[in-house]
Order: sequence, then structure tokens, then C-alpha cells
Amino acid sequence: MNPGSKALAEFVAEATEILDALARDLLVLDERRGQEADPDLVNGIFRAAHSLKGLSGLFGQERISRLAHGTEDLLDRLRLGKLLLDGAVLDALIEALDAFQALLGEAARGTETEVLSGRVDAMAARLASLGAPTEVSEDDPLDRLELEAQVRSVFTEYEEHRLRENVRRGVALWRVRAAFDLSDFDKGLAELNARLKPMGEVISTLPSAQPGGSHGIAFDLIFGGQVDSAALEAGLEGTPAELSPLGVRPAVDVVTPALVRAAQPAVTVRQGAGKSSAAGAGSEKAPPASRPRADTGAGSELGPRESGRDTRGGGKATGAPGTAASSDAADTTAATSRKRREDSSDAPTRDAPDVSAEPRRADAESSSPTKRSGGRKRSSRTPAATPSEEQQPLLPHLSSDGAAQGAVDWPTSVSEGVAHLDVSDPGAPASPGAPEPHESIVPTEPSPAPLVAYLQGAAKASPKGLSVAPSPPAAGPGSAPAPSVGSPSAQTSDTSLRSLTQTVRVDIGRLDGLINMVGELLLIKANLQRLAESARQDGAVALSKLFGQELARETRGLERKLEALQEGLLEARMVPVGQVFDKLARLVRRITREAGKEIEFVISGGEVELDKLIVEELSDPLMHLIRNAIDHGVESPDARLAAGKSRRAVVSLRAEQKGNHVVIEVSDDGAGIDEVRVREVAITRGLITFAQAQEMTRRELLNLIFQPGFSTARSVSELSGRGVGLDVVKNNLGNLSGIIDVWSERGKGTSFHLTLPVTLAIIRALLVGVSGRTYAVPLNSVLEIISVQPRDIRTVERREVLDVRGQTLPFVRLARMFALPDRPVSRYFVVVVGLAQERLGIAVDELHGQQDIVTKPLGGRLQSIRGISGATDLGNRRTVLVLDVAALLEEGMATERRRA
Amino acid sequence: MRVKVLIVEDSKASREYIAAMVEAVEGVEVVVTSSGFEALKLLPRHRFELIITDINMPDINGLELINFVKKNPNYRDVPLFVITTEGREQDRDRGLALGAAEYLVKPFVPGSLEALLRRYLKLP
Repeated sequence: MNPGSKALAEFVAEATEILDALARDLLVLDERRGQEADPDLVNGIFRAAHSLKGLSGLFGQERISRLAHGTEDLLDRLRLGKLLLDGAVLDALIEALDAFQALLGEAARGTETEVLSGRVDAMAARLASLGAPTEVSEDDPLDRLELEAQVRSVFTEYEEHRLRENVRRGVALWRVRAAFDLSDFDKGLAELNARLKPMGEVISTLPSAQPGGSHGIAFDLIFGGQVDSAALEAGLEGTPAELSPLGVRPAVDVVTPALVRAAQPAVTVRQGAGKSSAAGAGSEKAPPASRPRADTGAGSELGPRESGRDTRGGGKATGAPGTAASSDAADTTAATSRKRREDSSDAPTRDAPDVSAEPRRADAESSSPTKRSGGRKRSSRTPAATPSEEQQPLLPHLSSDGAAQGAVDWPTSVSEGVAHLDVSDPGAPASPGAPEPHESIVPTEPSPAPLVAYLQGAAKASPKGLSVAPSPPAAGPGSAPAPSVGSPSAQTSDTSLRSLTQTVRVDIGRLDGLINMVGELLLIKANLQRLAESARQDGAVALSKLFGQELARETRGLERKLEALQEGLLEARMVPVGQVFDKLARLVRRITREAGKEIEFVISGGEVELDKLIVEELSDPLMHLIRNAIDHGVESPDARLAAGKSRRAVVSLRAEQKGNHVVIEVSDDGAGIDEVRVREVAITRGLITFAQAQEMTRRELLNLIFQPGFSTARSVSELSGRGVGLDVVKNNLGNLSGIIDVWSERGKGTSFHLTLPVTLAIIRALLVGVSGRTYAVPLNSVLEIISVQPRDIRTVERREVLDVRGQTLPFVRLARMFALPDRPVSRYFVVVVGLAQERLGIAVDELHGQQDIVTKPLGGRLQSIRGISGATDLGNRRTVLVLDVAALLEEGMATERRRA
Repeated sequence: MRVKVLIVEDSKASREYIAAMVEAVEGVEVVVTSSGFEALKLLPRHRFELIITDINMPDINGLELINFVKKNPNYRDVPLFVITTEGREQDRDRGLALGAAEYLVKPFVPGSLEALLRRYLKLP
């Protein structure tokens, strides 16, 4: 039974979800490098790998399954504490994720390349070999947990690990028993879980096998509590839950007797606070079988019951978490144990008040391990980036003098060319013996290297930069041989960030809303039907005023509902732009490492929503811009220091909603673009004349980098989303009715602004008439409409302009633009359109009002017509062309320039 | 009269895949659910002749479900198959110890599942 294409699609969709979750979690781990890893996070990643293994195994995706198996094993060792989560492990995991994505891409296309298979083999071997095992404790903490074997037997390995971890960390464990009615137990359990979650971790939910009456069912929740028993009881008030503590005997072989004595009373406190007699506390010498009775002698003269009462009476029921209590907390936290040693040195026997104070402190510390190590966060990443950077002659690439020199030398000397390639791809030298020279010949086009390198960015870096991807500098030369060096594997390592699936997850509430609307529409339909029926039966008589009113009312209702439905459907297509940001953040990490830079990647506005289609189409242009910023925009740490900047560069990605548009900014605080060089290059390549250059503003000059001939983006092409020039980025955005704008200051940085419509599907348009023809102008880019006399039009530097409220506005006549006969008119309507900072007045003859339109792309030869983004059907069987405002803004300038 | 088989598996793709295999066996009707909770609710409402359950699930795990079924006088005779993932022998062993009849390791051969179904459901 071969899984058909539907099954494959389902597989890809689910695997994509798993990988997305995996990527998110890995990113968090990566951000907290150097800190103690959050066990929940590691477990989450483990589960993802496990699910992926099962899923891909079932669907015969052997390679994914194999790699997932290796990843799962590694994560298992991590979870069990057999392996430390160091930089190399994290790098390996992140690379495995990249490999998964490439594999899934191939699976979706139904292909299987040998390069990738080789990479899987190498990756699996690497995962298996990883790890300086930490000291493995002989002692299984679970053996110290007083839990019936019967209960233990239904735990999965995973749940056992969680339990073990909780015991090891000295968390107070509880059994929470609750009975519910069989018909709605899940609601009751959900409520119970909601109450418990803020207080700790629900490790397992066990349905009790004893039938709880004919219609009832009881559950045991195994719970690791982070709060004391009083708080726990208060938190569960009103639920049918009954608490009983699970005893844990202290570990015997890792703590000193003093510690045990110090910890001991806390155990009894927990015991007293709970309700059960099963709580355990043992002395360090107590045999595993010892029950509470035995441990009273270990250091405290209080029996469990008494000490419990005592603490309560003193109002200091610090208790349970005390857990803390257990001596394990001491050995996990050096600070704690030191404190304990001090505290306990003079007091082999302790009295109750001290006892109750001690565990509280211990608990406070043991519960916040991440905070303590937070200070190391910043610096912890740098070592991974430095090795390659030290080998990099990055400096020349940065000074503009060097840039000019490079421009001259490039074509004449191959060796020089190699040097430059290395510069633009600092990761390369880190892979020893990689066959570079033959590749360096590839970009034969004479190109002014460094400056243009920034601009064409990935175009040049792609065939090369990718080649080093499989061998991470962090792993050190030789430690992890790249499975296959060369561009084919390169492709796979940097595949497009586009989703493999076309699905949108829709909140069920939104869907319900839509369904309600449809219900209301049906109601209106019924009313209209009734009216139609009565009109048919009563004939001419029916056309009374009353009838007309009723019909009008229903029509209005219909209109409103349809609008709401349309809005609701558009909303359903919206996804947060953060979906792409998350993927990019991961990519940034890798590029940074390859480039030997130190970068702080700042993201904001991920919650801004855009149409799913736009978000998907955005990923590649954004990836390109960010890669440019890291590879070429940002200087090496040393160069930055020399320039008086901080070592660490900042690359930021921000989204912000502005009315009907979303503005996405990609900026860096790097060396900036030298507009003088841009001008020279543009003139050399014949993009502008010298005279034109004289007239151009700085902003216009900078924006020349988007001109098709500017960067040598010939190598573009087939690579999936990689290696495009900025003109391609611009075109991609143009297809989304968006525009891109660049601003840069030398020495301070570069910033790209992408302005995009919120949605593509249905837009409101202004219909205008020119020479008897009708066109539609997307209303979201219309700023205002003014009426002007022909005499108001001036010519400045051979461009037609208008003066509007003291500002000069570029102006085009649509009729001339489309070579339509000019009609003599006494006045023009000028539609002022704008995107970002660009403004343009478009002269038209008539205004026909507004209408919702669905733009359909033009096919075939018509596609290349500038200024037209598509066609739309107006409903009265008339098809009109939709103006492409972004292109017109550009074309307006360009035509004027050409005419000049 | 067709016999009912319950499939408990939280992965949608896997669930549909297994369901398709089971449904391909003539005379079998499939009831699927993505969660152990739902399975607990479904048990009293149907008469299942066989249950196939995954181990790792978000609410209650498959082992707990097996334990529940095997301890409950109403269902204890219903044969259970465990679906496990390669490399998790402990889960498999526990499942068998708790009373599961068979285990299927992903990826499993469709033919083997069919043969097992026929045997336990006493189909020709």
C-alpha cells in the first residue's frame, strides 16, 4: 500500500509542524547558550525528534527517520544527563534541523539526491560520536521515589525521565487524585490542570483502573510542585482533588552527612504538611526500605508528625517544595550546599524554626537556576564565531579605499579574485583543504568587488559560501569532516524558507464566526425568497412602497453580511509575520557563524499580521537582505573596534503596521553604502548619464542599487531563492504590490524598508477614466485626489511637477504613459499616490468611484507591461486593467530621467 | 455486521495512514481518535473488538490506556495492539507486560498488520 499523494501531503504538513516547533525550541536554547538548559525545552525537542522518527518511519521516509533516530538518541543522552549541552552539541542539532528541512523538501518533491543522503550519513555519524559524557551517577533517583511498581509500570520512558529529573532536582512530588463524571471528565481534568500548571509540572495523568461508580472515572495525576503544600491546597480548593505526597529518600552517595542532617528536617516538614503517611525521609545510611519511622533518628529529634505541626503552628509552612528539602537540591546547587554547610556546621541537631527557614532559602535558589547563570549569556556565543574570524583578512573589504582598489584589480588578477572571494565568504578558510580555486573562477564578470559584493551579496557568495556550510568552524578543523564540499550540498543547506505546505491554521473561533455569518446569509436568502415569491404571486400589485422598503432592507442586510464575511475570510488568511522571523533568526545564527562576525539579531513586531501568501513570498527577499547585511554590511569585530564601534554588530528586523500597509525594516549598524561609489558604478555601467547623476539626490543614488544592471546577478537563477541580486528582491516585492527603499549612512549602517499591503486577495480600488478607457487604482495607495488646471503644471529640470501646498510633486499623465490620445481638457483630476516616501501625481480625465476588486494576474506577453499589475472584472462584464502603483512611481521617475 | 476497531494515535498523518490500512480489511469498521481521553469516553459507547494505540500521546499515554482497559472488567477481553517507534523497547515491553496482545513497530509492513487483524478479529 503506497501512501498516495494525499497521504504524502499530510505527512509533509505534519512534519513541517514538528520541524517548526523544533526550530522554535532550538532557537530558545541557542539564545540561552551557556546557561543551564531548561529541561522542558530539551524534552520538547526530544519529543519532536521522537514524533518525527515515528512519523517518517511510518511513511517510509527512511532518511528522515534515520536522522531523527540519531537526533533522538543524542537528545535522550542529553535529557538523561549523560551528555552536556555544549556549543558543539547545539551546533549539531541546528545543523540536523537544516538537514531535516532539506530532506523534507526533497520528500515533498518526491526526489532523493545522493548529496543529501551522504549528508544524512555524515550527520548521523557525527551525532552518534558527539559528547563528552558527564559523570553518570550509578544511582537511579527513581529508586528513591516511593511509588508503587504498579504505577511505575504504566509510565512511558519519557514520563519516567521527567519523574527522575524531578526527583533528582529535589522537587516535591504529589499524587493528586480526582474523580469525575465520565461524560465530562476532560473538562474537569482541564480545569485541574490549569490550576496545577502554575504551581509546578503535571508529569503524568493516570486513569484509575477501578471503576469510579457506573458513570465515574478517577484519575491520579503525578505532580511535581514548585509551591508549598499550603499554597497547593489553596490552589486546588473547590476541585475534587485529593493530595498525597510521594516520599523520596535522600540520595546517599553524593552528600556529606552534615548536608543530610541539614536537609533532613525539611523532609519531615513536607511530610507534616501533606496528608499521607507515605512520605519518606531517610538518613544517608538508611537502607532503601526505610520508612518514615526510621529517619527520625537521623538528626532531628522531631518525628515527622510533630515537625509538621510545629512548622504550621509557627506559620512557616515552607514545606513541600522543600523538596528543596531533599538533599539533592544541595548537590545540584553549589551555592545552596555552601550555605547549608555553614548553617549546619554548628548544629548537628536543629530546632524547628531554623529548620523551616532553611528549606525556603534552599528552595528559592534551586528553583531559579537560569537566573543565576544569566550573566554569562552575552559572551557565551562569541567563541563559536571567533576561530574563523581570526583567519580572515576582513579589513580591506571594509574601507572604501580598499573597495575602489578591489574594483580595479578584480578583473586583472585571478589570485586577487580569490582573495576577494574569501573576504566575501569568510567561512571558507575554516574548512581546510577545500578546493576553492576552481570555484573562484566562476564569477568571471569583472566586478568592482567589495562595494558590489555588498550589493550583489549572496549572488556571489552563494556557490561558495554554501560550500562551507556543512563544516562548522565551531567544531574546529578536522573534527567534523564536511560530508561533501561543493555547491550541490550547498544548495540543500540553504534552501528556501518558504513553507512546503499551503495550509493556514485558522483559529476555531474565527471559523465559527464565519459559519455564523453564513447562517445569517441563509436567513436573508430565505427572506429574499419569500419576497420574490410574493412578487411572483401578486404580480404588479406587489410593487408597493412597503415591498420596496422591505427589499431594500434585506439588500442592505445582505451587503453588510457579505462585507463581514469577506472581512472574516481575509482575516482567516492572516498569519503573524513572526512565522518567517523565527525561521530567519535561525538562519542568522548560521550565517553569522560562517561569516565570522559577531552579531546581535534583534527582532520586533513579529505579531504583525499579513496575508499568508505575502508572508510566504517575503521569506526569500528577507533572507537575502539579512544575508547581505551579515556578509557584507557588517564589519568584522576587529574592524568595528578600530572604527570605534562595539565589537558586536546589531542587525535588526522589525515589522510595524501603518494603516493598510506593513513596513518591514532590515537594518544593520555596519559600514554603510558609499553612494559615491554607487554613482561611479552606475555611470560605468551606463545605467545613468553623468548629467543625470548630477541631478540625483542621495536617496535616488542609493536606490540605484536596485537597478537590474547594477549588480552582477547573472548567477542568480536556479538556486532556490538564493543568489539573487537586489533587483530580484525588488521585483519579488513588486509582485506583492510592495516597494523597497534603502537608506544608508557611511560608517553608520544601512537600512532597507519594505512597504507591503496587508492583504492581496481583495482590494478596494478607485476607478478612473483616461481617454475613454477605465483603469483601477488600488485605493490603499491613493493619498488624495486634487483638481488642477493645466496652468498649474510646471516643468522643473524637464520633469513635469505640481506644487501642492508648497511641496513639489512629480506628475505624470496616464494618457501619455500608455500612449493614448491626449484629450484637451480644462482641468485634470490628479490622483496622488504614494508608497513609503515616494509620491506621484497621476493625471486622469474622470473619476468613476470606488469598488472592491479581485486582481487577476495577466498572462503571457502582457505580463511584462510596466505599470499594470493585473486585470479585474467589474461585475458588469467589463474587464479593466489595474495600475501597478509601485511600478508607476518608479517608471514616472525613470521616464522623466530618460527624457532628460 | 462489521466489527469495530478503535485507533488511538495523536499524529494525524499516522492516524489516517493506519486507519486506511485497517479499513482495507473487509468487515472492519474503524473509529479513530487523537487522544487517550477521547478513547476513555468512546469505550463505554461502542463495542470494540480491538484497540490499536500509540504510546506517546499528549493527555494520557498508551500504557495507561492499556492498563485501564485491562483492569476494567468491561473491556479486559478486548485485544490491544501497541504501536511503538523503533528503538523504544522499554515502552514495548511495558505494553506487553500490561496485557497488550501485539506490538507494531513503525514502520510496519501493511501486510503484517492485516494478518494480525484477521487473526485477532477471527476474520476469514
